Amino acid sequence: MAGQITSSMGVAAPRIKAATSEPWWVRLALTGLAILFLASFLMVPLLAVFTEALRKGIQAYFESFREPAAFSAIKLTLLVAGISVPLNLIFGLAASWALAKFQFRGRSVLITLIDLPFAVSPVISGLVYVLLFGLQGWLGPWLSDRDIQIIFAVPGIVLATIFVTFPFVARELIPLMQEQGTEDEQAALTLGASGWQTFWRVTLPNVKWALLYGVILCNARAMGEFGAVSVVSGHIRGKTNTLPLHVEILYNEYNFVAAFAVASLLTLLALVTLVLKAIVEKRAHAASAA
Amino acid sequence: MTNRFLPTIHGRLRELVRGTVLVIVAATVFAYGADIQLLNVSYDPTRELYVDFNKAFASYWKEKTGQNVTIEQSHGGAGKQARAVIDGLEADVVTLALAYDISAIAEKAKLLPEDWQSRLPHNSAPYTSTIVFLVRKGNPKGIRDWSDLVKPGIEVITPNPKTSGGARWNYLAAWAYVLEQELGDLEKLHDPQFSEDVKKAEAKARDFVAALLKNVPVLDSGARGSTTTFVQRGIGDVFLSWENEAFLAVNELGPDKFEIILPSLSILAEPPVTVVDRNAKKHGTLEVAQAYLEYLYSPEGQRLAAKHFYRPVNPESADPADLARFPEVELVTIDNVFGGWKNAQETHFNDGGVFDEIYAPAG
Repeated sequence: MAGQITSSMGVAAPRIKAATSEPWWVRLALTGLAILFLASFLMVPLLAVFTEALRKGIQAYFESFREPAAFSAIKLTLLVAGISVPLNLIFGLAASWALAKFQFRGRSVLITLIDLPFAVSPVISGLVYVLLFGLQGWLGPWLSDRDIQIIFAVPGIVLATIFVTFPFVARELIPLMQEQGTEDEQAALTLGASGWQTFWRVTLPNVKWALLYGVILCNARAMGEFGAVSVVSGHIRGKTNTLPLHVEILYNEYNFVAAFAVASLLTLLALVTLVLKAIVEKRAHAASAA
Repeated sequence: MTNRFLPTIHGRLRELVRGTVLVIVAATVFAYGADIQLLNVSYDPTRELYVDFNKAFASYWKEKTGQNVTIEQSHGGAGKQARAVIDGLEADVVTLALAYDISAIAEKAKLLPEDWQSRLPHNSAPYTSTIVFLVRKGNPKGIRDWSDLVKPGIEVITPNPKTSGGARWNYLAAWAYVLEQELGDLEKLHDPQFSEDVKKAEAKARDFVAALLKNVPVLDSGARGSTTTFVQRGIGDVFLSWENEAFLAVNELGPDKFEIILPSLSILAEPPVTVVDRNAKKHGTLEVAQAYLEYLYSPEGQRLAAKHFYRPVNPESADPADLARFPEVELVTIDNVFGGWKNAQETHFNDGGVFDEIYAPAG
């Protein structure tokens, strides 16, 4: 019996060693495969966007942005992100604070609800608003009598975007706040701080990097959202088209240079997002190490 | 440590809120500051036509009344666009692919009277079109007529009849072709003496269209989506297309790549236009909206229609060189073969209709 055990252990030891140090060619092949995969699925399309956009020269590229419809799409996208991101920041902070620092009835239901927009197809997210605010919807006739336009106008686009980008901030903050626990807050309260002071001086600084990270992701999605916005937009040229919708329209009008030029703008946004994300991650890491 | 962050975060948050409020206020002021605005909700292939036409109308209106009018455009599959207007997209005028979609707006949302189609000449269609085949240069699969579309191995591109007006014309044209083949004379449809023959022919048509749909690899939601599928992505052997859309594709993307094939029989497509009364009244644009549509019938409107490959209803105002591009073809009408759009829609395209029965997505 004993001999059997030692012999099996004796075999197991080199196996463990072999498992952690593969021969060089395996490592090379695996790394090569990963790079090849990244190159063909990420880099090539990325390059394609820019080459198509610059196909007719740099002047044609910049002309694409001077067209009023493109300009208004940029403005609308900034406006929509400018409204929905701050609102989701406030909501995300409030929700994660409540969920992480307090125990109450229905808490788990609320956590599930926050994730709902991730689980629902964007098209459904848009249709919800059509059903609510559409002329045939619940509130439609009432709104129409008062000449309030929600869907097929800017408010509808903002609402759909808020819905889709709902979870980003909260999802970043909840795990961190839960991990941090309530000791800091309790200490602050015992030292005589008010609830509001505790929030501003203890809770918020503790999560500021995660918050920034969530805001960056939220913003990227808010500017890039297509499905939900497409349903509620009405596609009025120069009025209710965001950048992603404008790209589709230009493409459908055989205006390929302009389509890819505008697409390159969204691509740049993605790259900036990635860089910011990397910086924030590094800072956050440094802060937690300190 | 904590104190250092307090003023910055607090201050920035306040700035952010203040900035947001400012932007909202600015956007509202901007929206109300403009001149007369007209929203034309249209179907897919009219984009280029209305870019030109809107400019022409704006300068005509300016000259006539001194008012500046800007026309906003929204394009998409006709069925989808009609749905959007029903749901509250506040179109002043609609210029859609077929009468049924406008009737749906009248019926479901009561935004215009149900007799809208008699308000303007020629069934409210200032231009007509038809369905043609677009094939790859040299016609490698030898597609000449509808009967070639059901051959095995032929990939046919057509949009989804549920959402696209063009697709419904395609479908009905194929159906009419079989009826004509089987009956020899479409007048038999109206003669009770031949009701047995008609029944048989209808069954044949049903099988034919089912076989045709089997050859369709993707159903896009609008005509323009299908064009890009065929033209840009290179999928399919033949594209059942609006005549104007086919001409446009050939012109924009190279006569060296595509050819237009005219089948032995096609359908007279009448894309109608009308004012959406309730919206226009609400916006105070009734007068300019009416003038806008009437201008489509004017010599200038007719000239522009022909320029953009639509068959004008008053060809004498169009450029003869533009007219020469339209070949002669036997065209049947929806009223004659299908008893009007309402009938055709209810029999074929509504939920549970013939299309639902015969179409099974590939897979």
